[in-house]
Amino acid sequence: MNDTFTEPGSWDHAPAEDLEQLLPQLVAHLRERRAVLQEQWSARIQEAHLLEAMTPQEIAAETESVYDNYVEVLETGSVEALQDYARDLSERIIPRGVETHEVVGIVLLLRDVLARSLFEKYQQDFDLLNRVLDAYEPAANRIANTVAVSFVDERERVIRQQQDALRELSTPVLPVRERLLVLPIIGVLDGERARQLTEQLLDGIRRHRAKVVVIDITGAPEVDATVANHLVQTVDASRLMGASVIITGLSPTIAQTLVTLGVDLSKMNTIGDLQGGLEEAERLLGYVVTREEASAS
Amino acid sequence: MDTEPALFSILRQGQVLVASVHTALDDSQLLRLQRDLVGRVGTDRARGIIIDVAALDVLDSFGSKTLRDIAEIARLRGALTVIVGIQPDVAQAMVELGIGTGAVATALDLEEGMAHLAAALGPAWTP
Repeated sequence: MNDTFTEPGSWDHAPAEDLEQLLPQLVAHLRERRAVLQEQWSARIQEAHLLEAMTPQEIAAETESVYDNYVEVLETGSVEALQDYARDLSERIIPRGVETHEVVGIVLLLRDVLARSLFEKYQQDFDLLNRVLDAYEPAANRIANTVAVSFVDERERVIRQQQDALRELSTPVLPVRERLLVLPIIGVLDGERARQLTEQLLDGIRRHRAKVVVIDITGAPEVDATVANHLVQTVDASRLMGASVIITGLSPTIAQTLVTLGVDLSKMNTIGDLQGGLEEAERLLGYVVTREEASAS
Repeated sequence: MDTEPALFSILRQGQVLVASVHTALDDSQLLRLQRDLVGRVGTDRARGIIIDVAALDVLDSFGSKTLRDIAEIARLRGALTVIVGIQPDVAQAMVELGIGTGAVATALDLEEGMAHLAAALGPAWTP
């Protein structure tokens, strides 16, 4: 993505000497008409109902910078500054809920507005207009491309970051008593996560010398056949390490789904809620929990 | 008939036989383990067997089948079997391959296995 336009030969069709004359002319024209063209552009953005998540002031400020960056790229032929700007812009507008089609849309609108202004200026001389467009079009395409790619890159980076954060946060193995572990499952359980969860649980069993594990799935939004089979595998693997597993937090809908799907859960020890699961685990481990007389009152 | 040295050892601790597997066993060594253990149950009048597989980094279908067979034969001869020391990644690989230890009890390590036998065999048992 570090392409530059410094080599005149990279321009399509236009001979080098032409470019050297035409580009500055074109840039000067766009600079001169800046106020009018930007006005037109903003109007078109509003008409197309783009960037509605942003206030008119914000749009005005951003369109101004985008316009200047755009013209600068035409002048220097280097997209690097624009790339940085686009990434920075994306970082600011992605959390606001701005979509890819909106970003691409506004850049294409600007491209259109500027092209129309060129048509108007050179309409007397068709040959000259052709050569101006030869210079303008490839650069404009490159700019649209750069902005779109920067936006998508930034969005993917954000998604990856969130996935990583979710992965790290999502599977704590918590010792609550000697030899008793609790594993709350929050969020969607896919194959990758299930394997990781089993791995962490088995390491936890060895590290804490656990005999009983309570897996609470209250926080899992849905349980299908795949997830249920992963749970069965987790239970089996824990048993191989000498720990018994209690599953808690099966909601009525999930329980019904599992029965309808016909998943074999006969080997699973399930108890309604986490509290019940902990009580059962304490019973298995021989703990007797009593309340002191004094604090009961 | 077994000319090679055994890759496991069987020690007696009271009424319990402790079989430690030292390294990965091939099929003939597994069968030898089965034959030796089942024989010792009778000669040592053992009530319990602990098979320690902590040194194994893989337990395939034949291995786990042999362990299940040992447990079943020993049960018929009056001894309870516990498998101990299955490593986390071995356990995970086993369930992914769909092989298990069936009805045979498992425990974390030797100590846990002893505790399990003590609980299962009742107060009459002395280690």
